[in-house]
Amino acid sequence: MSWVHVMIVLPLLFAVFIPFLYKAFPKIHTGWFVLAVPVAIFGYLASFLPMVASGQTAMLEVPWIPYFDINFDVYVDGLGLIFALIISGIGALVVVYSIFYLSKAREALHNFYVYLMMFMGAMLGVVLSDNMIVLYLFWELTSVSSFLLIAYWYQRKQSRFGAQKAMLITVFGGFSMLAAILMLHNIGGTFSIQELIAQGDVVMQHELFLPAMLLLLLGAFTKSAQFPFHIWLPDAMEAPTPISAYLHSATMVKAGIYLVARYTPIFGGTPEWFWIVTGVGLFTLFWGSINAVKQRDLKALLAFSTISQLGLIMSLLGMGSAALYFGSGDDAAQIHLIAILAAVFHLINHSTFKGSLFMVVGIVDHETGTRDMRKLGGLMSIMPVSFTLALIGSLAMAGLPPFNGFLSKEMFFTGTLNAAQLDIFNVGTYGVMIPIVAWIASIFTFVYSIVLVAKTFFGKYQPERLEKEAHEAPLGMLIPPSILGFFVIAIFFFPNVLYEYVLHPMVNSIAPSIGPSLDYTIEAWHGWDAIELWMTVAVVALGLILFSTLKKWMWMNNIPQSMHLNNWFSGGIRRMERVSHKIIDFHMTGYIRDYLVYILITFLIIVGGSFFLTNSFSMQSDIGEVNLFEYALAFGLIGAAALVVITRSRLTAVVSVGVLGYVIALFFIILRAPDLALTQLAIETVSVALYLLCFYHLPKLRSREEEQGEKFQPFNFIVALATGTLITLIMLSVNDHRLFESISWYYEDAYELAGAANMVNAILADFRAFDTYLEIFVLAIAALWCFCAHTITLE
Amino acid sequence: MKANDVILQTVTKVVSFIILSFAAYLFFAGHHDPGGGFIGGLVTASALVLLFLAFDIRTISNGIPINYRLLVGIGLAVSTVTAVGSIVLGFPFLSHTFEYVDFPLFGEIELATSVLFELGVVLTVVGGTLTIILSISEDV
Repeated sequence: MSWVHVMIVLPLLFAVFIPFLYKAFPKIHTGWFVLAVPVAIFGYLASFLPMVASGQTAMLEVPWIPYFDINFDVYVDGLGLIFALIISGIGALVVVYSIFYLSKAREALHNFYVYLMMFMGAMLGVVLSDNMIVLYLFWELTSVSSFLLIAYWYQRKQSRFGAQKAMLITVFGGFSMLAAILMLHNIGGTFSIQELIAQGDVVMQHELFLPAMLLLLLGAFTKSAQFPFHIWLPDAMEAPTPISAYLHSATMVKAGIYLVARYTPIFGGTPEWFWIVTGVGLFTLFWGSINAVKQRDLKALLAFSTISQLGLIMSLLGMGSAALYFGSGDDAAQIHLIAILAAVFHLINHSTFKGSLFMVVGIVDHETGTRDMRKLGGLMSIMPVSFTLALIGSLAMAGLPPFNGFLSKEMFFTGTLNAAQLDIFNVGTYGVMIPIVAWIASIFTFVYSIVLVAKTFFGKYQPERLEKEAHEAPLGMLIPPSILGFFVIAIFFFPNVLYEYVLHPMVNSIAPSIGPSLDYTIEAWHGWDAIELWMTVAVVALGLILFSTLKKWMWMNNIPQSMHLNNWFSGGIRRMERVSHKIIDFHMTGYIRDYLVYILITFLIIVGGSFFLTNSFSMQSDIGEVNLFEYALAFGLIGAAALVVITRSRLTAVVSVGVLGYVIALFFIILRAPDLALTQLAIETVSVALYLLCFYHLPKLRSREEEQGEKFQPFNFIVALATGTLITLIMLSVNDHRLFESISWYYEDAYELAGAANMVNAILADFRAFDTYLEIFVLAIAALWCFCAHTITLE
Repeated sequence: MKANDVILQTVTKVVSFIILSFAAYLFFAGHHDPGGGFIGGLVTASALVLLFLAFDIRTISNGIPINYRLLVGIGLAVSTVTAVGSIVLGFPFLSHTFEYVDFPLFGEIELATSVLFELGVVLTVVGGTLTIILSISEDV
């Protein structure tokens, strides 16, 4: 147990005390107590930065279920540590922001902070765990706490819908990830990610390699809102804005990115990984940026923007994985590694500017009462600080200097251009598409970034359409986005400090074989002849043209309703419910006769099928001599049984059943079973008397049925005939399949052993008295049930 | 409403004792000859049912004041006691034993613990059967 373990579970432990603090100090906003937790975690984890920057890692082990190789092992390396710092750092800012955002009087704050702490602990566990099962555990905990946070205002229908949708999609991905983890355990014999990386060649040659990879990617894509699983993210915007800023832009949606990055050393360097991750990422980038432009709601715009930027990071990870194909020492590896560097760089940048943008949007919502861009406008002079922050965030998102988005966007272009020239993985001429798609998507990114600022802060102020009088937010709400905004600019001017302490360790983790040899300096200026520069210039120029003609081409975005993925999802859920209803209504008819048919047909298929497939029928052995009595009795039996089936009168049927019973008693006599014969006679008499009693008192309505008789149903007839035939054949064959000699010789000594000459009774009362003992209980229970049923219905 | 059942009732008075004796015979003979607890109980019950048929429930209930539901419990208890008794004496559950004892007047007689067990069976069967029949007939 180390301090890092304590830091991971600290939020979870602290969550227990939050409700008490909430009740004990009603005057103080609960968030102030909570604030200490992320600050402490951030402070402690930051002390690892120099160690990680120097290329070292730490593995801290705590046994949990060693028998199953499940241990709470923590691996501190560049990737995990930086993610943990982002989680705790932005977590602290979000807590500060939410203190001013959520009303102390009106909101259930204890719920909010308990869920938030649950989420923070889970997220720290995801990024720091080395054991895949523990990782999965924390992974699902993020899904659950995110579900709780999205539905924080559970009185609203939309919140519940969004939470359910997010839950269904992310848990679906989580389950497939679990399957991938079990496959990887099957391949490598370990749950430890680092041990799996160490035996990378074994994994790559295994036949489960591809299924494990696909299932793992399914988990990563659902969590990180990649196409076509991105549909939950816009609906998750029903959550309170601090949550949207924290979970749905900076941390949880990056869990999938983390997963892809973490598994790159295992799966990277293969064409499948390259094409799937790059392709899905690029398409998500493209799709998200186009959809973001047409949104009217500020948070919906940011949601699609997040989807698009996550696609960008994902595609960079895919392109960068090509570096692993070349291996260390190759110049090509160094070139393609830039894509991974760009990915982690943009990941950090995105967390800063998207977090601040969400907070600004929250401020606008909070101070004006609406997020609808059609109602907003002209807030620039009313909310100057928010405007400045929004401008910084938007321009960083659009990829303009002097903001950090510019640097990572340039590197993104570099990565795509490098990937286009790849001569492996059948890239060929398709490679040209990579930078073109990326470039088009960047144009739309530029357009929606401008839309965000222009529609909200420029134009005409329309106070009559707003619910509140707009004014600047309190200082506490402005501080967290200001800190993030500060980083947006600071990273632009000092990117190489970040490179040394943050980016390089992360690249080392993602590509451990070649990362350490990477020597790169991030520069804002590549010279006039760099293609990236002219691509950016073209983005700005075309973006401005598109923005100024926005009204003229917006109709292009009007995809018919039936083509929307949301409709497919909702329709799919509805259809599944309908189909399962239909299936249940079809076979659960409520009629015992139908269920009986199912049982008999199942019996016929399974028993009959195995009987005939194994060719078990045989009738060789001598079945003894049949004498005249037995023929006579057998005919009597058949006659009585036939009469039961074909008669129209109930009375006849009851009497025929009695005849059947008495003939069986006669059979017992012939077969020399006097005890059975006696009992059979007595029991048959009693049961026939009871039948008569029952049928005599049947309601009148049913007696009409008696006159007409049962309708002949050929299907029932066939099933009955088949069952009877099968049982007869089995009975005949059983005689030839005696596996061992009978054990009845033992009981022949009954007089010596039990002092009883009647062997049957010796067995019943002595040798196997336990059966008898329980059978009298059966009788007793039947009698008491009968008594209860009749007395209770009387009352 | 009911016809005069003098013949039936008179015959029943005689026959029921014969049936009860036969039942007792079946019960005790069960150890060495066909019979035993279950059939003995059924025949006892049939004698009682005959009485109920020939007379009526109230008359017989006054004459033979037995709570048949209680009889079920007593029967189960007797069987359980014989079954558990072997544990008390250090043998496995439901172990039985037998002994030949020389009685002064009757001569040598075999005594077996399984007869005690069968006694529980008889009581349960009589109680169970009559509970069923009486509760149904009272309902009707």
